[in-house]
Amino acid sequence: MSAVEYRTVEHDVLVIGAGGAGLRAAIEASGRGTSVGVVCKSLLGKAHTVMAEGGLAAAMANVDDRDSWRVHFADTMRGGQYLNNWTMARLHAQQAPDRVRELEAWGALFDRTRDGRILQRNFGGHKYPRLAHVGDRTGLEMIRTLQDHGIHQGITFHMECTVVELLKDGGRIAGAVGYDRERGRFIVWRAPAVILATGGIGRAYAITSNSWEYTGDGHALAYRAGADLKDMEFVQFHPTGMVWPPSVRGILVTEGVRGEGGVLRNREGRRFMFDDIPDLYRNQTASDPEEGWRYVTGDRNANRPPELLTRDHVARCIVREIREGRGSPHGGVFLDIAWIREKIPDAAEHIRKKLPSMYHQFKELAGVDITKEPMEVGPTTHYVMGGVDVDGETQMTSVPGLFAAGEVAAGLHGANRLGGNSLSDLLVFGKLAGEHAAAWAKAHASPAIDQGQVDAAHATALAPLERQSGENPYTIQHDLQAMMQDKVGIVRTEREMTQAIDAIATLTARSARAKADGHREYNPGWHTAQDLRNLLTVSEAVARAALDRRESRGAHFREDCPEKDAGHGKHNTIVRQGADGSMHIERRPIPPMPEDLADIIREMA
Amino acid sequence: MTEARDATFRIWRGDHATGAFRDYRTRVTHGMVVLDAVHQVQSESAPDLACRWNCKAGKCGSCSAEINGRPRLMCMTRLETLDLDQPVTVEPLRAFPSIRDLVTDVSWNFRVKAKIPPFRPRTPDAPDGTWRIDQADVERVQEFRKCIECFLCQDVCHVLRDHHKHDEFAGPRHFVYQAALDMHPLDVEERLRQVKDENGIGYCNITRCCTKVCPEHIAITDNAIIPLKERVVDEFYDPLTRLFRIFRAKRKSDRMDGRPEPDASALPPKGAP
Repeated sequence: MSAVEYRTVEHDVLVIGAGGAGLRAAIEASGRGTSVGVVCKSLLGKAHTVMAEGGLAAAMANVDDRDSWRVHFADTMRGGQYLNNWTMARLHAQQAPDRVRELEAWGALFDRTRDGRILQRNFGGHKYPRLAHVGDRTGLEMIRTLQDHGIHQGITFHMECTVVELLKDGGRIAGAVGYDRERGRFIVWRAPAVILATGGIGRAYAITSNSWEYTGDGHALAYRAGADLKDMEFVQFHPTGMVWPPSVRGILVTEGVRGEGGVLRNREGRRFMFDDIPDLYRNQTASDPEEGWRYVTGDRNANRPPELLTRDHVARCIVREIREGRGSPHGGVFLDIAWIREKIPDAAEHIRKKLPSMYHQFKELAGVDITKEPMEVGPTTHYVMGGVDVDGETQMTSVPGLFAAGEVAAGLHGANRLGGNSLSDLLVFGKLAGEHAAAWAKAHASPAIDQGQVDAAHATALAPLERQSGENPYTIQHDLQAMMQDKVGIVRTEREMTQAIDAIATLTARSARAKADGHREYNPGWHTAQDLRNLLTVSEAVARAALDRRESRGAHFREDCPEKDAGHGKHNTIVRQGADGSMHIERRPIPPMPEDLADIIREMA
Repeated sequence: MTEARDATFRIWRGDHATGAFRDYRTRVTHGMVVLDAVHQVQSESAPDLACRWNCKAGKCGSCSAEINGRPRLMCMTRLETLDLDQPVTVEPLRAFPSIRDLVTDVSWNFRVKAKIPPFRPRTPDAPDGTWRIDQADVERVQEFRKCIECFLCQDVCHVLRDHHKHDEFAGPRHFVYQAALDMHPLDVEERLRQVKDENGIGYCNITRCCTKVCPEHIAITDNAIIPLKERVVDEFYDPLTRLFRIFRAKRKSDRMDGRPEPDASALPPKGAP
């Protein structure tokens, strides 16, 4: 084929993704004197981070002075069912408070305590009030702060660009190939260090809270470049997404609703969460509704209501109610915050003030006034705990010079993520990735670009436009999403996983014949064809890892193996591309925890 | 709308040079928003129809367009609120250059913002490097920080849309940004001169079009633009203030951690505020 025109851009550090992790990484790397480029699929400031609502978890102990990094560490490990990378869980708990304070120094304005410090709220799985927040739009505050700070740090932003392949120079990373979405012109970014900060994979499912960008790009790019993926079976289904009307199905309803006293009821009016409290959390859970209410209103001696148990558990309880015929009219359950008017006089005003986006969202999209009536909610695909395997200290992947931070990286959350630990993850590990990528870039010469790799990437990217005929990529994407929702969702079985793997093979063959109409300029059909390739890779990784883990743990629930298995509790699942191009699964033992950390776990049990 | 029905969407197709409306008929159901209809058209009959979107929940401000002539977010415009017996027109923001179909080049906004000096906090209040702030002071600014940068206010503003004063006028979005910085309880940077001269706040004649289209219901005119205009008047035109400026400048420079303030008295009044 004839060579495709492209331009080459040089950076010391290339960051792919401009959400919280990408921006924080870029700011750090730039501050350490390296030239930094950020590539993102959307406009700056639109990344999925804007949708985070609840807050960011950091043991600042502003509201409850019993909190400390040790408690936060123990909570995170318990939430992750001890599959977490304990180095990351420790660093995260230790460094999150500084990252929050730094955000304030860059202009973020959090809600305050009475004495003027940063206010912290309760959230599922966190022992003490720990989430710094701004009403229910914390993600927007965070991304805008990073954006408005970042644009003054000498970073080059390549907005609305898609990366199609990573480039390598021998074993190490050399940069990336992509194109600008506006005109479809190809670009080669040459960089000795590349940071993946591309977020998650939610668009592999039909019902998701994730934005269109969440097509597993970083996961698939890393996989194809030879990096290991880890814990891909752990996909978090947030218990509360909107269920009605159909077009808004999946949009997130923040856990903050429950943190402010919202309760879950079935169609019979029963608070079903009291019916099933796991042993691991029994001594931390309220014994009756009254104690639960005292907890959400700040009584330090009360235990949390069962609505604030971990997300995996709450989601499964909701599924049980729906399956057993006790659901709400549109296939969810009821989430009621309006009931607090029995407890406080100005309830409507209080709800609008504490949960303004939720009020707005239900009013405008569903015609429901949440200060007066209950919401209908059901689980929605929300987050992937699994991702690119990284070194806990440096965030470097198994490919030298390739780093990953935020949702695309694995390790911090283990088998299940606690609410609020995601935003803090972005900041803590975004910073560390930026720091270590900058050091790497300074220590290594500019890599060589292999023209053969560039040409191959161009050919793959352009193939859907150049076919004379073929299937519409939207149809294939739609079929994949429906299949994943059906077979690889909250409740899984061996039979369904096997069917899913077969179905993915068929869909992969179909996608190899997909045809995008039109030309390269801002062509969403063509962009969908690129996304589809990545979605298929991550879907296969999820299904294969889920098949291999023959137990139920955290977010991974196997109906055919409903119990936890001690053997499976000792390993992470690694997914890797074999020499023949096929996907391989490996069980990697978790290294033993050092005594000082093990002591913390024992002490907090 | 209780039953599914067919509706016609008259969508702008074109690029930076030419374009025309084309009609697409698609099946619509209860609860759908305009963005759903556009996506449906995309997957059924116009796979290369270009539109920006991201969160589909009114939080990111990507899917701005003009629906039946009114600047709105496609993801927050329910079909129930529109007359579906008539074709629904969907066209790109008209205050910015077209890229393709519903996508416009909004990069001007990013360039304007980059010229506004960043947040600069006062010296921390506590030895541990943190600040003490009243919730009331936080709340005053939070209204402005709700802005999702959808640029609908920029699109509807006649100074930009009809008079094309992009070189002299920053537009409502950036007055909201300026107000957020100006009223930030910690910020000590001086930007008022910029608001007056570079950002051209005097061009705004308070028609309130921006406020009417804001999907976040920010009182742009009343809470951001008018207070900024008043501050400009106080700072640059009020005779009493001019007399006392020298004292204020001293106090402010103390607050600014010893950094000198630019000599505002040297500024000649220019244009109407």
